[in-house]
Amino acid sequence: MSDHEYTPKSKFGKWFNDRLPLLSLASHLTDYPTPKNLNYWWTFGGILTFCLITQIVTGLTLAMHYIAHADMAFESVEHIMRDVNYGWLIRYIHANGASMFFLAVYIHIFRSLFYGSYKSPREIIWILGIIIYLLMMAAAFMGYVLPWGQMSFWGATVITNLFSAIPLVGEGIVNWLWGGYSVDNPTLTRFFTLHYLIPFLILGLVVLHIWALHVPGNNNPVGIDIKKPSKDTVPFHPYIVIKDGFALLMFMIVFAFFVFYTPNILGHADNYIEANPLVTPAHIVPEWYLLPFYAILRSVPDKLLGVIAMLSAILILAALPWLDTSKIRSAVFRPLYKQFYWILVADVLILGYVGAMPAEGLYLLIARVATGYYFIHFLVVLPILGFKEKTMPLPLSITEPVLGGSPMASAVKKKESLN
Amino acid sequence: MSDKKPERREFLFTASYAVGAVGVGAVVWPLIDQMNPDASVKALASTEVDVSTMEPGKSITVLWRGKPVFIKRRTSEEIAEARAVKMEDLKDPQKDEDRAKNPEWLVMVGVCTHLGCVPLNDKGDYNGWFCPCHGSHYDTSGRIRKGPAPTNMEIPKYEFVNSNTIKIG
Repeated sequence: MSDHEYTPKSKFGKWFNDRLPLLSLASHLTDYPTPKNLNYWWTFGGILTFCLITQIVTGLTLAMHYIAHADMAFESVEHIMRDVNYGWLIRYIHANGASMFFLAVYIHIFRSLFYGSYKSPREIIWILGIIIYLLMMAAAFMGYVLPWGQMSFWGATVITNLFSAIPLVGEGIVNWLWGGYSVDNPTLTRFFTLHYLIPFLILGLVVLHIWALHVPGNNNPVGIDIKKPSKDTVPFHPYIVIKDGFALLMFMIVFAFFVFYTPNILGHADNYIEANPLVTPAHIVPEWYLLPFYAILRSVPDKLLGVIAMLSAILILAALPWLDTSKIRSAVFRPLYKQFYWILVADVLILGYVGAMPAEGLYLLIARVATGYYFIHFLVVLPILGFKEKTMPLPLSITEPVLGGSPMASAVKKKESLN
Repeated sequence: MSDKKPERREFLFTASYAVGAVGVGAVVWPLIDQMNPDASVKALASTEVDVSTMEPGKSITVLWRGKPVFIKRRTSEEIAEARAVKMEDLKDPQKDEDRAKNPEWLVMVGVCTHLGCVPLNDKGDYNGWFCPCHGSHYDTSGRIRKGPAPTNMEIPKYEFVNSNTIKIG
């Protein structure tokens, strides 16, 4: 993996490393050559690792007090909030941590979209990332069911019923998922089991994600390959460690703000009412991070087609490396793509907004237009753009724009000619 | 390996894979099937409800297999309205006569066929039920008239044990 051979200094270190090369791995990780032009949008990998560890640690401690039973789950969560030492803190960190996790992952994904990080040779990193994202959604959804409040119960009912749209076997699959004829105790216990399992699957995939990253190395804001050997890179430690650490601190301030000042703002008041299978809350809304997909689901008037559209909206991302036909990675050098990128960002934000609104009248119309555009972006705009777009000239190396103070080679050259 | 007789060895490979696949399937199936509704859940298959105190126009909701079941004693206007609907106006054509054997009593699973919410009684554009989740309207026979739900609300298996008691399931 590493460009250089590592030999531990101590005799014991050498003995150990010959048998299990952990020290070589540590050396690879600290010396890992990183493009020196990485900006703060590249710090979210580290932030996401922090989020995952936070969720696992707080989740483990919550599991020591939580009772996965339909008659006791709601009460045990209140017990955590009121009786368990620092239970309120741990639960609020866990609940808001899920939102922070998604906030960071969306920034991370949109960073990749802007700088073309999904393109060759990084397709496998990207696809592993999409699988992690899918597992995150599954974990978040099942975690939201565990407090057994009204939103838990009805969210679980609506989402599991998506499978009933499958022709012929749909109802059988739903009964299998429920372990009964409605969401009930068997559903709760299996959701708890899977909610406990998934973070560890994600952890394993994160290892693969980073492994796959360390094969070609990081993409960077200008999106061109690193020249080897060159002065294009700095070692991961201490340069990136300190930068990631600073960004993490900033992120933790935002995190702490939610936990200590508005711990319930991202949740729904209805979830403090115990689950009641006879009454559906007047307005069912998923958590904010699922709203764009929920808007897509509701914008299609047919049940099966709505479910297909929603799933396609996520799975289409896996095909992105092949839908985007442009050889240029970074949007910095793609004047048209840059504009379409921001339109897509706006489109997803609009979908998120209308997903929270009732599906009627103007909202429904906006949702339909935004859903249509979402697919047009990936299926029409990106494939065509690669052939039609006139891109700007790339710099010769990533050092060139760094020294010139501008990422655009042409601008650097202009400056030089003025001198 | 010689080019002469690959068949014998290939047969052995294929046979081994086939036996292996059957073995894996036999082990995996119990692990999958354990998630299906268990014996205790299936044992709760029927519920008896006393309807002797219900006046016309009144509706009650009872729990059957964890799901709400609406029992409605319909007024003569509601029955007339349900029976006057033309079949071509329905998304999921079904006669009211087939849904309510005794026209006064409508017994149906109170679950929206879209994504499983519980519709609200006496609401919506057709004086029947309205689902607040995604806006499906049902008529006085529980048939889907408007909105994303694909089919009418389900009629469970039920019978009058005597004039005062309905047995669902």
